[in-house]
Amino acid sequence: MFNRTLAPESKHIDEIHFIEPLKQQLDNGISVFTVNAGKQELVRIEFIFENVNWNPSKPLEAISVSHLISNGTPELSAREIADQVDYYGAFLQTEYGADQSTVKLYTLNKHLVSVLPILRSILNDSIFPEQELAIFVQNQKQSLQVSLQKNDYLARKTFANALFGDTTYGSNIDAADYDAIKREDLLAYFKSAYKPENCTIFVAGKFEEAEFNILNSVIGGKWSNHGQSTVNQFSFTETRGAELLIEKPEALQSAIRMGTLGITRKNVDFAGFQVLNCLLGGYFGSRLMANIREDKGYTYGIGSAVTSLKDAGYFFIATEVGADVCASALTEIEKEIDLLKTVLVPEAELDLVRNYMLGSMLGSLENAFSHADKFKNVYFSGLDYGYYENYIQTVKHITPAELQQLAIRYLNTENFVKVVVGKK
Amino acid sequence: MLTEFYLSLAHYFQFMVDFNRFTLTNGLRVLVHEDDTTPMAVLNILYDVGARDEEGDKTGFAHLFEHLMFGGSINIPSYDEPLQRVGGENNAFTSNDITNYYITLPAVNLETAFWLESDRMLSLAFSEKSLETQRNVVCEEFKQRYLNQPYGDVWLKLRPLAYKNHPYQWATIGQDLKQIEDARMEDVKAFFKKHYNPQNAIMVVGGNVKTEAVKALAEKWFEPIPAGDKYLRNLPQEAIQTEARKETVKADVPLNAIYMAFKMPERRDPEYQCYDLMSDVLSQGHSSRLYNSLLKEQQLFSDIHAYITSSIDQGLFVIEGKLVEGVSVEKAEAAIWVELNKIRVEEVTAEEITKVKNKSESIMVFAEMSLLDKAMNLAYYELLGDAAGLNTEIDKYLAVTPSRILQAAKSTFVKEQCSTLYYLTAQDV
Repeated sequence: MFNRTLAPESKHIDEIHFIEPLKQQLDNGISVFTVNAGKQELVRIEFIFENVNWNPSKPLEAISVSHLISNGTPELSAREIADQVDYYGAFLQTEYGADQSTVKLYTLNKHLVSVLPILRSILNDSIFPEQELAIFVQNQKQSLQVSLQKNDYLARKTFANALFGDTTYGSNIDAADYDAIKREDLLAYFKSAYKPENCTIFVAGKFEEAEFNILNSVIGGKWSNHGQSTVNQFSFTETRGAELLIEKPEALQSAIRMGTLGITRKNVDFAGFQVLNCLLGGYFGSRLMANIREDKGYTYGIGSAVTSLKDAGYFFIATEVGADVCASALTEIEKEIDLLKTVLVPEAELDLVRNYMLGSMLGSLENAFSHADKFKNVYFSGLDYGYYENYIQTVKHITPAELQQLAIRYLNTENFVKVVVGKK
Repeated sequence: MLTEFYLSLAHYFQFMVDFNRFTLTNGLRVLVHEDDTTPMAVLNILYDVGARDEEGDKTGFAHLFEHLMFGGSINIPSYDEPLQRVGGENNAFTSNDITNYYITLPAVNLETAFWLESDRMLSLAFSEKSLETQRNVVCEEFKQRYLNQPYGDVWLKLRPLAYKNHPYQWATIGQDLKQIEDARMEDVKAFFKKHYNPQNAIMVVGGNVKTEAVKALAEKWFEPIPAGDKYLRNLPQEAIQTEARKETVKADVPLNAIYMAFKMPERRDPEYQCYDLMSDVLSQGHSSRLYNSLLKEQQLFSDIHAYITSSIDQGLFVIEGKLVEGVSVEKAEAAIWVELNKIRVEEVTAEEITKVKNKSESIMVFAEMSLLDKAMNLAYYELLGDAAGLNTEIDKYLAVTPSRILQAAKSTFVKEQCSTLYYLTAQDV
């Protein structure tokens, strides 16, 4: 009989293989990056547009255009667009992000030729009918009312606004902003943002020359829109410490969100900071989880994250804890951050985190979609695959002393914005 | 255009998630799916136990137990740590029917997954500290997901309204916090003995693995585990509902909402796929009936959905929506009934049925892109009777006809068999 108390032999992960996309261009100049991989006869095509012309008095322009873009053209009603896309078993999704807006198509290859013309029509000729806008405004306001009753939503919104003010990253949207949306503004935004000069296409799946030619013939011609645009650019001053409490006397749990402006992917410390974040709150075995969930049972989950946007990076910790133990949870969080600054991370723990992060990177490259996503991350940060090479080397070799220095440099809790929604 | 489509359906893709299958001497069923396009491996274990197997005074136990499975086993004090150390991740979920555990890790370290999973099937450590902590964690989960959210407790109300005998009347989280707080170690041990043994489990290993190697590992790590007793399920069945049930809840929520639940056939029933497609006709995407009629045209709802619970025993066909401010709940309910009556008397159109079939086909092809999804699906179809069913499921969808959907609608959308929950804002009191 063998000994069940002993772990089987294991291996370190040496190689992680990235599939770099092929770069091509449509006749109208749009760059197309293609990860042609996978066995399935399907494809995902993303049209990504930079957000432009930010106007703080009309914070919902870009997001409303993104939501309503498939709601009517001169030839097709919203219903007809939906009918046709669904008929071919395709999925047409729009996604609004703080820096970019995406129109995304998932389709089986055999239907590509049928669905692309619908997309072309949407990207060129959307008319944003008043009726559709009115329904959108009414329903978004209702859904906002529901969100505002969720403590974690309120915490997220309050935190973002404290860090980023009136920018796309932090805008404090309320119902009145929805009422102020005008159809002319949406049309103007559409004409400025949805044009070839402002578009990049990312393709993932089975996509050979024949498919590219279909794409080029349908999308690669002249587009209708050519309004003036300036890509959004923001700058932020360092976060000043603040404690913000939104009291909810009836709360069973309090939502906590705290953190600070930080570094972006471009910073040399970014990879190291990700290792530090992982140790603190980036995985199931992290120190925050081990202490606040697994030892104390204060919460169902707690985590931390580093986020890199185009013009800012930030770090935050988020959780929902029993209202009666909120104060203790806050103390424990501070304690864990303090430990990172004062005591060197033990080698055994660091070794585990190294392996976990490499395994997780390997596992995140599951299919053509994920390879394309990895590329988009570096592309929009103005970086190349050297970023991942450096990331892997840093994860493998960063020392406890370096991590301590990073904690001292970037986890200054006096400068944290600390939001609690519920009871403290 | 239509003919063209019926033709294209005739040579749809061959869905193929290949697998090999063997059974260990202790009754553990093992399936292997080889996929060398990934450097990763998945080990998925499905235990044939869910919230439906709980006692009425100990609800929430299957789920609490799932948490305890991470509290250390007989020979290994920590489950997560050694796995993370070899680059792996894991998680689990509990439903009313099953409890499913999964690991993903670099395929070169597959044996670590066998070591960890076999030890906790052999025996848990049954630590008091773990029980105490996980009771708290689950209570916080209860609060976070069900009590401290607007509309969070809907299913705690809707289940007991729709089910009077069957244990589907409680949610996996349990009926209340008290039953979880009261869980004792002897209950934990009894539950383990009853449900967690090789005969009640299905293991799927997938990814960059070879069947022979998996077989050797399975024999080494799992075969020595005693077979245990086979759990024979004998659940109280639901009588046919003969009168409409209605309940009104008032809560601190901003919008009035309505939930309607109808009984529908169990997962293995040959008509199951008709119901799934019928819910798609009503509610999938922006071309669907309820979205266009109730949200866009009549503007009675700000969101509206129809879906099925897909449970192994008799399930529910649910329609739920949030009302536009100022619309009366009676008017909104009547409008839903108009749509349901329509689908009860008129066959769905050729376009509609082609559309939802095409959509189902797409969803199935896209699901093949995820190794974990494939492994979980194989385990689930094996539980339903045969993992090969995963590869023929699409045929059942393509065989559905408008007249079968009509029959399904006729037998389902009957007022006397409806359980309706009004979930109203407290301001309207």
